[in-house]
Amino acid sequence: MENKRPQIKTNSIKRLLTMLYKAYPVMLPIVGVCIVIAAVTAALPAIFQQKIYSVIGEWVESGDWAGASKQIYPLVTTLAIFYIISMIAGFARSQMMAVITQGFLNKMRQEMFAKMQNLPVKYFDTNKHGDIMSHYTNDIDTLRQLISQALPTIIRCTILLTAVMCIMLYYSLWMTLVVLLGVFAMLKITKKVGSGSAKYFIRQQKSVGITEGFVQEMMTGQKVVKVFNHEERSRADFKKDNDDLFEDAFRAHAYANVLGPIINNIGNTLYVTIAVVGGILLLSHTPNIGIISLVKGSVAVLSIDIVIPFLNMAKQFTGNVNQVAQQINSIAMAIAGAERIFELIDEEPETDEGYVTLVNAVIDNEGNITETEERTGKWAWKHPHHDGTLTYTELKGDIVMMDVDFAYVTGKPVLHDISLYAKPGQKVAFVGATGAGKTTITNLINRFYDIEDGKIRYDNININKIKKADLRNSLGLILQDTNLFTGTVMENIRYGNLEASDEECIEAARLAGADDFITRLPSGYDTMLENNGENLSQGQRQLLGIARAAVGDPPVMIMDEATSSIDTRTERIVQQGMDKLMEGRTVFVIAHRLSTVQNSNVIMVLDHGRIIERGSHDDLIAQQGQYYQLYTGAFELE
Amino acid sequence: MVRRLLSCVREYKKLSILTFCLMVGEVLIECLIPFITAELVNRMKGDLEISRLLTIGVTLVLMALVSLTCGGLAGYTSAKASEGFAKNLRSDLFDRIQSFSFQNIDRFSSTSLVTRLTTDVANVQMSYMMIIRTAVRSPLMLVFAVIMAFIMGGKLAATFVFVLPAMVIGLIFITRKAMPAFRRVFRKYDKLNESVEENVRGMRVVKGFSREEYEKQKFKKAADDICNDFTKAERIVALNDPLMQICWYFNMVFILTVGSKLIIESRGLDLDVGQISAMLTYGIQVLMSLQMISMIYVIITISLESMRRIHEVLQEQPGLTNPENPVMEVRDGSIDFNNVSFKYSEKSEKFALADVNLHIDSGMTVGIIGGTGSSKSSLVQMIPRLYDTTEGQVLVGGVNVKNYDLVTLRDSVAMVLQKNQLFSGTIKENLRWGNEDATDEELVEACKLAQADEFISSFPKCYDTFIEQGGTNVSGGQKQRLCIARALLKKPKILILDDSTSAVDTRTDAMIRKGMASYIPETTKIIIAQRIASVQEADMIIVMDNGRIVTTGTHKELMESSPIYRETYEQQTSGQNAAVSEPKPAGNVKISAEGAAA
Repeated sequence: MENKRPQIKTNSIKRLLTMLYKAYPVMLPIVGVCIVIAAVTAALPAIFQQKIYSVIGEWVESGDWAGASKQIYPLVTTLAIFYIISMIAGFARSQMMAVITQGFLNKMRQEMFAKMQNLPVKYFDTNKHGDIMSHYTNDIDTLRQLISQALPTIIRCTILLTAVMCIMLYYSLWMTLVVLLGVFAMLKITKKVGSGSAKYFIRQQKSVGITEGFVQEMMTGQKVVKVFNHEERSRADFKKDNDDLFEDAFRAHAYANVLGPIINNIGNTLYVTIAVVGGILLLSHTPNIGIISLVKGSVAVLSIDIVIPFLNMAKQFTGNVNQVAQQINSIAMAIAGAERIFELIDEEPETDEGYVTLVNAVIDNEGNITETEERTGKWAWKHPHHDGTLTYTELKGDIVMMDVDFAYVTGKPVLHDISLYAKPGQKVAFVGATGAGKTTITNLINRFYDIEDGKIRYDNININKIKKADLRNSLGLILQDTNLFTGTVMENIRYGNLEASDEECIEAARLAGADDFITRLPSGYDTMLENNGENLSQGQRQLLGIARAAVGDPPVMIMDEATSSIDTRTERIVQQGMDKLMEGRTVFVIAHRLSTVQNSNVIMVLDHGRIIERGSHDDLIAQQGQYYQLYTGAFELE
Repeated sequence: MVRRLLSCVREYKKLSILTFCLMVGEVLIECLIPFITAELVNRMKGDLEISRLLTIGVTLVLMALVSLTCGGLAGYTSAKASEGFAKNLRSDLFDRIQSFSFQNIDRFSSTSLVTRLTTDVANVQMSYMMIIRTAVRSPLMLVFAVIMAFIMGGKLAATFVFVLPAMVIGLIFITRKAMPAFRRVFRKYDKLNESVEENVRGMRVVKGFSREEYEKQKFKKAADDICNDFTKAERIVALNDPLMQICWYFNMVFILTVGSKLIIESRGLDLDVGQISAMLTYGIQVLMSLQMISMIYVIITISLESMRRIHEVLQEQPGLTNPENPVMEVRDGSIDFNNVSFKYSEKSEKFALADVNLHIDSGMTVGIIGGTGSSKSSLVQMIPRLYDTTEGQVLVGGVNVKNYDLVTLRDSVAMVLQKNQLFSGTIKENLRWGNEDATDEELVEACKLAQADEFISSFPKCYDTFIEQGGTNVSGGQKQRLCIARALLKKPKILILDDSTSAVDTRTDAMIRKGMASYIPETTKIIIAQRIASVQEADMIIVMDNGRIVTTGTHKELMESSPIYRETYEQQTSGQNAAVSEPKPAGNVKISAEGAAA
């Protein structure tokens, strides 16, 4: 286990960095250069400081500032020039980093979103929405930390540390060894404390998730809590989660807080050690080994002028190690975040091998079909064949299912041997107990799910050959829970047909019987809907849902409990419109309210995934079977 | 407001104060260390003596140890204190929300309550930790460092005359500019995430209309917009680094030049190299402290909004309170409405209920019919005192509901809400909400009555099946039946079903009603329904329209007297009149149900 996990971790980081580089192939190297410049110029002062100190040493006895200044001014000027370069680099770097960080996050966000749009419905049915959402909030935030803070800090500190290390080696090997000893201790501690901290930070994230889930559930169910006098119990439950969260959060922060002082004071101790060791070496006149001695070709004795800069360099070292150590938590969290983001991006998308497309058509008197660009109100399936020929089939809305089997989970079939014929313009109804498979059938027609066995043909074309987008465009879908989007009422209706004019949208609303309540809204069709249209009643939202489907003018409509929340009086008022809406269309209706289905051409009674009865209302009543029982409640006559 | 929030620190007050003290200790030592190290450097330059070097060294190590202890302990105590504070805040918030009445709940949306309990508390916690750790540390550090610099550096400290104002002005400029920009962009960012949520929730619609590309475009536009705003805001903040650099570099050049001049001119008497090093250290301490202070300012301002939002909840007074000397027993299930009028908020002009007078005998079955918005739900919510009437009074068992102990009243009045909810946990756990001490047999019995036993038994784990959050793994109809079973387990004197069988098929619906009639004959049953079939066997049917009771009566009476009722009935059953061989269907149900009730 220890072997496998780090492998994945480095992979997602590597992948992230590759993406980052690909997104900013020019800017990123420039930023890199800027960081290097900044780091080097930050390391340099030690040398100049040292030089100035030795000049001071030379001239201090004489008290001749005029003479000394001739040596000091050039040094200070060079230093100032370095500083100016460093500042320019620093300015450029920080400005560009702002652009890169936000730009990259934006790119990741959009990539995730685009990817998500292509995922099959199954993904959304099997993953919690809160969990999908946290990709966009928590996980993206962790990347932000990584890119804007952790990475630059690490790069800068690494370069600086290397530079300082070189300078140290240049001066003295012995002293460098002392510094390294201190650094080793720091790294050890950082690893120990840091991993503890990372562990608890990740645990804290999990606890936050649990608490958030619980709170979410309780807040939405607060009214139920009240009705059942459940306040004390939920308080007790919350206390447990809250205490757990406290334990993890406090440990995580305690570890993180302690790390800084520890490293700082190891640094202080190191400082003293260098001074003492340096002192001993000075007194014992130990020969100094370093690159400087190699350059000069002779081994000199360690001097005070070398020991003092070491003290400063040790300080710099400590400071940088500390900065890196502070980033450990963000790195650990970013790795976890990046992994989750890539998980979403790598999710298997909805496949579409369809090649039959839907085109506007002109049909002449003899029934010949020609393709056209304009909207004619007539549609045709454009069907390219293997031999390169094209055929056109008029879109009529003829749907046939033959011996269809289906299971959401392999081995647990939900539908058995479903066969049905829906002729153009017919109304086909599904009735049956909850869980009988009514909705599942409609899920198969628009290919939210793919069938296991059997065939579904649309205007005599196997639906697997039809491009999914075109297939779905030809099917108007109205669901029980109407999901509305933030925007005006008009925009929500237009969702069904992006090219529809205002008049067409209003016409569709009239047809759906929604016009009446819309015009009574404060700003009519321009009323803003927010939060899934929270200020509308369930019934009003359903009416909007119907209008939205109507404006697309699809030849086939699927209505899954589409009027369940519209009270029967209103339903009667909108009935005329509805009848008109359904006229000439193939309509699949699912409803438990029998008055909604009884005027259907065919009614299918489903039970445990099988069609057990079929026929018109009158036929089924005459049969005195299941439907008859459902309808009359006669089952109670025992 | 701040005082109210701070009162939640409670048992962590000691730790917080301890953190203060520890921080002061750490700062003191941290400021003394450069002083001593300067001494150390000087010792090394002069006549080097190992023993003296060691003395100073040991002093320094001891100081480091003290600083470590202070800093480490403060890290620990501040984490514990601030997280403890957060824990208390959450628990106070949650407690307060538990005591909310429906009226209070209506005022806050559930999502906003969730944010207050999570993000807002986290923000406040962060700033609290910042305050007890650094709000003392940084200003103290600033003051100490400046003082030490003046003591040690003398004239050299003049550098601060330039650097300090420059840094302060620069920081104020940056924060002034950046804060509003960030606040704006955060608001937009929340909106963006809301729209993602909308997209996830409505994925079937997106796919059903094949609007994937459209959604991508829409998102791209919003995301790009935010990216621009974010970048602008971040670029302002990014000025922080160069500002720091300018000040630090100026400081460095100034001290090195002027310092060396001073040393040489005074022949090393006024100043020495060690002091220059120390001055540089103090310089960086001063600048860092300033930067920290500006950061604290930013964090506190951001959390101010969070504090306000938390405070709002803590200040909200529960709309309903228990009376003094409450009545602890509900005699029977009779209900009276005497001239009841009700509106949801004092400001609204329209009454949700107006002049309702009603008497329901204990044990009656009552149906309520009416169009959307006719205030059917408002009417029944008066009974378990979920809301208080605006005028008039509601009596249960002959006693005004305001005189009952709330728990007693609600234990006797079970209500299945229209917007119902199951909670994550097993089916058993969910059912036991109705009665914690219910035996397994009782659970099964209730589920049989609610027509839920059959589908529960078909689950592999039966009653131990885990219900996902929001009840997503059961269908709407199954959820409704579980909710009914949960309410039945209360063995209430009054049972209210607010459109609770809308997703259940007609047959099951009828069976549930039949079961109730035989299982709990003494219980007053109130059924709100869309389907007339659901209420037509009731002892009394109430027809509501626009917040008023239009008429009451039995099915037979209403068919004759009420045109609205008759219309609705005919509309719902119209198809069967066309059927030639149709027997009167409803009659059968009626006979059997009445037979069972009797």
